[in-house]
Amino acid sequence: MKELLLIAVGAALVNNVVLSQFLGLCPFLGVSKNVKTASGMGAAVVFVITISSLVTSIIYNGILVNFHLEYLQTMAFILVIAALVQLVELFMKKNMPPLHKTMGIYLPLITTNCAVLGAALTNVSKNYGIIQSVVNGIGISVGFTIAIVMLAGIREKIKYNDIPESFKGSPIILITAGLMAIAFFGFAGLI
Amino acid sequence: MKNQNMERLLNGIGKENPTFVLMLGMCPTLAVTTSLINGFAMGISTALVLIFSNILISLLRKIISDNIRIPAYIVIIATLVTTVQMLLQAYIPSLYTALGIYIPLIVVNCIILGRAESFASKNNVIVSAFDGLGMGIGFTIALTLIGFIREILGAGSVLGTVVIPERYHITAFVLAPGAFFALAVLTALQNKFKAPSATNGESGSCGVGCGSCGELSGKKSRVAGNHGNKKE
Repeated sequence: MKELLLIAVGAALVNNVVLSQFLGLCPFLGVSKNVKTASGMGAAVVFVITISSLVTSIIYNGILVNFHLEYLQTMAFILVIAALVQLVELFMKKNMPPLHKTMGIYLPLITTNCAVLGAALTNVSKNYGIIQSVVNGIGISVGFTIAIVMLAGIREKIKYNDIPESFKGSPIILITAGLMAIAFFGFAGLI
Repeated sequence: MKNQNMERLLNGIGKENPTFVLMLGMCPTLAVTTSLINGFAMGISTALVLIFSNILISLLRKIISDNIRIPAYIVIIATLVTTVQMLLQAYIPSLYTALGIYIPLIVVNCIILGRAESFASKNNVIVSAFDGLGMGIGFTIALTLIGFIREILGAGSVLGTVVIPERYHITAFVLAPGAFFALAVLTALQNKFKAPSATNGESGSCGVGCGSCGELSGKKSRVAGNHGNKKE
C-alpha cells in the first residue's frame, strides 16, 4: 500500500508529467486558455490514461513478454491506444451522452497526446506490474490535470497584464510554465 | 525538377522550419535538449524516420486506401521508429540510455505524421525524400541550437568540454525550467524580428501546430471508426 502511494505521489507531483517529463505539451499549451476547457481536458486525460495503462500493461505482461515480442511494444501500444480512444468515445456516446458532450471534443485529440504513450512506456521501463501500472497511470494523469488547470488559471489573469510586445503569445506562456516547473522542484524532497 | 528538390530542402530548413515556424514536435524539443549531443542525436533519429517514412508512404500512396491511410501511416512510422531504436541500442548504447523513452515517442511526433499526410501522400518519391530531408535537417538544427544554448549556460561546456568556470553556471538551464525559458527567449526573439511563425500574434500559442495535430487525429478517429464499423 505504501509503495503504491509513493508511486502515485511521485508520478503526480515529484516527476510531474508536463513540467519535468515534457510529455503532453501540445494540449498543455493549446487547450489552456480558460479553466473550464482545461479541466474538461484534464478529466478526459485521467479517464483515458487510467484505462490505457491497464490495457497496455495487460497486453505487455500477458502477451508480449510470454511470446518474447517485447520489441513490438511501441507498435502494439500506439495501435491499442488509438483503438481504445475510439472505443471509449463510441461507448460514451451510446451510454453516457451527458459525459460525452462535455468530454467528447477532447477525446480524439488525446490519441496524439504523447503523455498516453509515455505513461504506457514508463510502466514498461520501470517493470511495473498491472496494479502498479494503473496507480502510476492515475498519478501521471492527475499530475497533468493539476498542471493544466493551474496554467489556465494563470493565463486567465495574464490576459489583462502589460506584457512586452515581443513576449506576447507563446513566449509568456513558456515563461509561466518555466516558473511553475521551478515551483514543482519544491516537491523533490517528498520522496 | 532539380530546382523543386532544392526548394523542398531549403523550405524545411528555413521557411517552414518545424520547430521555430510550425511549432511541431515540442515534447522532444524540450525534453532531450539538455546537451548539444543529445539534441543532435534526437534530431538525426527523427530525420531518419522522417526521410524513410516519406519515401515509403510516397511509394505506397496509390496502394493505401484513403479510408485506412492514417492507421497505415502509423504502422509504417512505428516500424521505422522501432528499427531506429534497435540500431541505437546495438551501436550507440550511451545515447540509447540518455534518450530513454523519448525514442519510441518519436511515433507520436506531429512532424512525421504531418508531413506524411500533407506532403508525401500527394507527391512523388524523390520530392518527398527531399522534403523529409529538409524537414529533418531543420529539426536537427533547431534541437542542436537549443541543446548548445542549454549546455553552455547550464553546464558551462560545449560537447562535454568545460569552457566556463563552475561559479558562473546556471544549473537550472539543464533542468526542466531552463528548457521552457530557452524556448521562450528564442520565440520572443523571433517575434521581435518579425520572423514568420505559427505563434506570432495575439492568438498564437501552438494554435496551428495543435490544430493540425487535432485535425489529423480527428481524421484518424473518424477513419478508425469507419474501419471498425466495416469490420463489424
